[in-house]
Amino acid sequence: MITFDTSPDKYRHWKLDFDGEVATLALDVDEEAGLQPGYKLKLNSYDLGVDIELHDALQRIRFEHPEVRCVVLTSAKDRMFCAGANIYMLGQSSHAWKVNFCKFTNETRNGIEDSSRHSGLKFLAAVNGTCAGGGYELALACDEILMVDDRSSTVSLPEVPLLGVLPGTGGLTRLVDKRKVRRDLADVFCTTAEGVRADRAKAWRLVDEIAKPADFKARIAERARALAATSDRPADAKGVALTPLRREISGNVWRYDHVEVVLEPEQRSATLTVTGPGDAEPDGLDEILAAGAAWWPLAMARELDDALLLLRVNAAELGTIVLKTRGSVDAVLRIDAALLRHGGNWFVREVAGMLRRTLARFDVTSRSLFAVIEEGSAFAGTLFELALAADRSYMKALDSGANDAPTVALSEANFGLYPMANGLTRLVTRFCGEAPPLPKGERLDAARALDLGLVTFAPDELDWDDEVRLALEERRSLSPDALTGMEANLRFPGPETMETRIFGRLSAWQNWIFNRPNAVGEEGALKLFGSGRKPSFKWERI
Amino acid sequence: MGTDLMAIDYQERIPNNVDLGNNRTLQRALEHWQPRFLDWWREMGPSDFLDAEVYLRTAISVDQKGWAQFGHVRTPEYRWGIFLAEPEPDRRIGFGDDYGKPVWQQVPGEYRSTLRRLIVTQGDTEPASVEQQRMLGHTCPSLYDLRNLFQVNVEEGRHLWAMVYLLHAYFGRDGREEAEELLARHSGDSDKPRILGTFNEPIEDWLSFYMFTYFTDRDGKYQLKSLAESAFDPLSRTCRFMLTEEAHHMSVGMLGIQRVIQRTLEVMKELKTDDPDAVRKAGAIDLPTVQRYMNFWFSSALDLFGADISSNAATYFATGLKGRPDEAQYEDHIARDATLTLETPNGPEEVALRNAMNEVTRQAYIKDCEVGLRRWNRMIERAGVAFEVKLPSPRFRRAIGSWAGAFVAPDGTRLDEATWRARLPEWIPSEADRTFVKSLQKQVIEPGKMAAWIAPPERGIDGKPVDFEYVRFN
Repeated sequence: MITFDTSPDKYRHWKLDFDGEVATLALDVDEEAGLQPGYKLKLNSYDLGVDIELHDALQRIRFEHPEVRCVVLTSAKDRMFCAGANIYMLGQSSHAWKVNFCKFTNETRNGIEDSSRHSGLKFLAAVNGTCAGGGYELALACDEILMVDDRSSTVSLPEVPLLGVLPGTGGLTRLVDKRKVRRDLADVFCTTAEGVRADRAKAWRLVDEIAKPADFKARIAERARALAATSDRPADAKGVALTPLRREISGNVWRYDHVEVVLEPEQRSATLTVTGPGDAEPDGLDEILAAGAAWWPLAMARELDDALLLLRVNAAELGTIVLKTRGSVDAVLRIDAALLRHGGNWFVREVAGMLRRTLARFDVTSRSLFAVIEEGSAFAGTLFELALAADRSYMKALDSGANDAPTVALSEANFGLYPMANGLTRLVTRFCGEAPPLPKGERLDAARALDLGLVTFAPDELDWDDEVRLALEERRSLSPDALTGMEANLRFPGPETMETRIFGRLSAWQNWIFNRPNAVGEEGALKLFGSGRKPSFKWERI
Repeated sequence: MGTDLMAIDYQERIPNNVDLGNNRTLQRALEHWQPRFLDWWREMGPSDFLDAEVYLRTAISVDQKGWAQFGHVRTPEYRWGIFLAEPEPDRRIGFGDDYGKPVWQQVPGEYRSTLRRLIVTQGDTEPASVEQQRMLGHTCPSLYDLRNLFQVNVEEGRHLWAMVYLLHAYFGRDGREEAEELLARHSGDSDKPRILGTFNEPIEDWLSFYMFTYFTDRDGKYQLKSLAESAFDPLSRTCRFMLTEEAHHMSVGMLGIQRVIQRTLEVMKELKTDDPDAVRKAGAIDLPTVQRYMNFWFSSALDLFGADISSNAATYFATGLKGRPDEAQYEDHIARDATLTLETPNGPEEVALRNAMNEVTRQAYIKDCEVGLRRWNRMIERAGVAFEVKLPSPRFRRAIGSWAGAFVAPDGTRLDEATWRARLPEWIPSEADRTFVKSLQKQVIEPGKMAAWIAPPERGIDGKPVDFEYVRFN
């Protein structure tokens, strides 16, 4: 089983150093330490294992080092920044693995931009040498790119000419969308395997600044300070340690403190249940800070994130995830109130960020998501986002007099704390911008929720079991590919953003190319890369 | 500008066999580049000797008579020419997937950037070595050696021209830009270093110069031999002509080391000693020090061939861009399914032959290196001295390939890191060795006279006596 557990003392590939408001995250890949056998991570190339450490390092900086305002992303190797994703790893990987790997790396890079946008954590890519493919895509995710001008190092996106695939970790999109590189120049750049040296990279807007090797260090310090100056992260706050997650795996049950996953291989589904906060959760800021990683919203979000990541890489055939909650609606609403009241505090802001990014993972997960709202559930506020992220939601309607009739509730959090990749809330997205007046803080029974359009179906007690069972059985009989495509389309109505284009247009084309003989057939470019054999293409344009 | 152009006699100024006089594109490129080249030569070449008249060989054509014309010239006035070996009629691609098809007279679009990269990487080493050697004139052991140094320098300059010709003639605007960059990067300049690491180390003494010309230039020879096989015919022809000049550089190394050893043997005989300190006191270089210099330069040169398992090498071979040296000697020129077993630190590893082409070339190079050692050892043996110079194990002190970072002694024994580090000063020149060798470096410029640490050559250049005035100072 592949897990995402790591901590700085276990890193094999990154060096993390702190100097006041600037942290330096230097890539120094151990070529022998690939996640799987069969390839060596030469030239600072990466696989999922390298990216898991990057993700962890970012989390540590976010939570454990509030004093950090700017992260310098660089390499500890001489004249070699990063050669991108390891091609031999891609060449030997299954389609599903490639897609999941790209998704996670995409999410990590989006997370960098998310932290810059929402949490004042700025990123400087200090490109100290050759920077190719995924290496340049990583740099593209930073706020600024500073490149060494030694007259030989280049930046490049060689995927098309060398590998017959796309720079699929945001490369094509960020080039034109974020950096505003003119599209004809981008065309030249993306078809030139060797890339361009610093002077042209600057002229074409591929990097922001260039510096001679002798000035490079000083320039990094200068730019990092300038970026740090734009941040409002606190200088004197005490960090919150991210303690290891408690996760117990017994048979088909994964049990965390607040999250439980039950795998149902025979139904090709998994039921993911989130337990809401207890009554003793703190309201005051000091107590929240004292609780730290144990504060329910953070503890729950970390567990939920982990559970979803594990489901993605370890249970590809469980095509439907049933989302459930249990606990107290009021307790969740109290947590939301605290999240909003203390939103100006760095830690509370980071917790909301963690929730935002975790929920965004659901939006791009290639599983059918069904929310099932029953007695004892706690789909309120932040947890109601799970129901909103779901492709469908089923809410049990009991007689209005029944004491235990399930209710849902919206909180302020549903109206702006967790924007999706499209920049809109899940509510706005759900109603395609035409949301009816929606009550906040009010408990809504199944009939109200149905009436307001907040749930899909509200079967009564007598129909409930069959309705839910039939829906799940029907769902799992459909083509998994068609479902993934359909869901990915329907989840993002309305305007596009750079991120939706990365997950939509770029990933979709990349995943198509990843399936084509011209890339992965016996004679395909990706398959044959490095073997000394020329790919042989089928020339029809599709 | 038009009149200037017409006024230039290209054949006179830039000897060539590429019809430069009628090639407008090439003229435009060279007119821009040549003044910059001369500026570079004056600044980064042997800049303190620009007025000296040096008895140099100039190639003015590729035939027997023309390729070696001797005369005294000031180096900035040297006529750097552009020569390709005579075309082979109906030449066919000799290896790779396109084996047997006609060679290319133009660059195929799909290989444009890869070929350009190969040419730039080769081209970058040529001016680099001139830069590395620019101070050596001040410590030359004789006029004869000084002349040889400048001959090597101008020919490295001509090899730069040869690569620039290819860039100008076949790679359009990108090629012109790359040609400029070849002059913009400088050896040892941390802001704009030369592409390959070794070429950024200065060469500070003449023993190192001989080692460089013997070991490092021989890498150049093998790179040129591989490129001489190229399906891109102009590159092949260019490299074939360059090889005739490269041979001279290696003979400078071969004879230089031989003369050093010869002098040492004389001193040992005179003093009847094999004590290194006694030899040093007498002003000669003891044999163990010569061996340490060899260990250093040989192991550095091996890294220049690249990783022993290389996807680039495989691609170059498959696509016909770069073959094996003397490709004709092999039976299987396609090598699609062939494998080679490489010894790696983790045991034998069977790899696709195409991916192992760097290693194949490296093996051929090692064999070629041994020729000189046999000659030197015969000389040592004849002198009755019980000493043998040896090439260190190819796994010793490697920074590239599967043996990089392994702790291997020159005799091939694997050691633990601490032992290896502690013993390294026994194997490569120590600071004290370098200081000693440097202390011998005093300029000798009286015709026929030699520094005390080196024997005179057996014969002079171009049939001239050893005491000929090979360099005239003005």
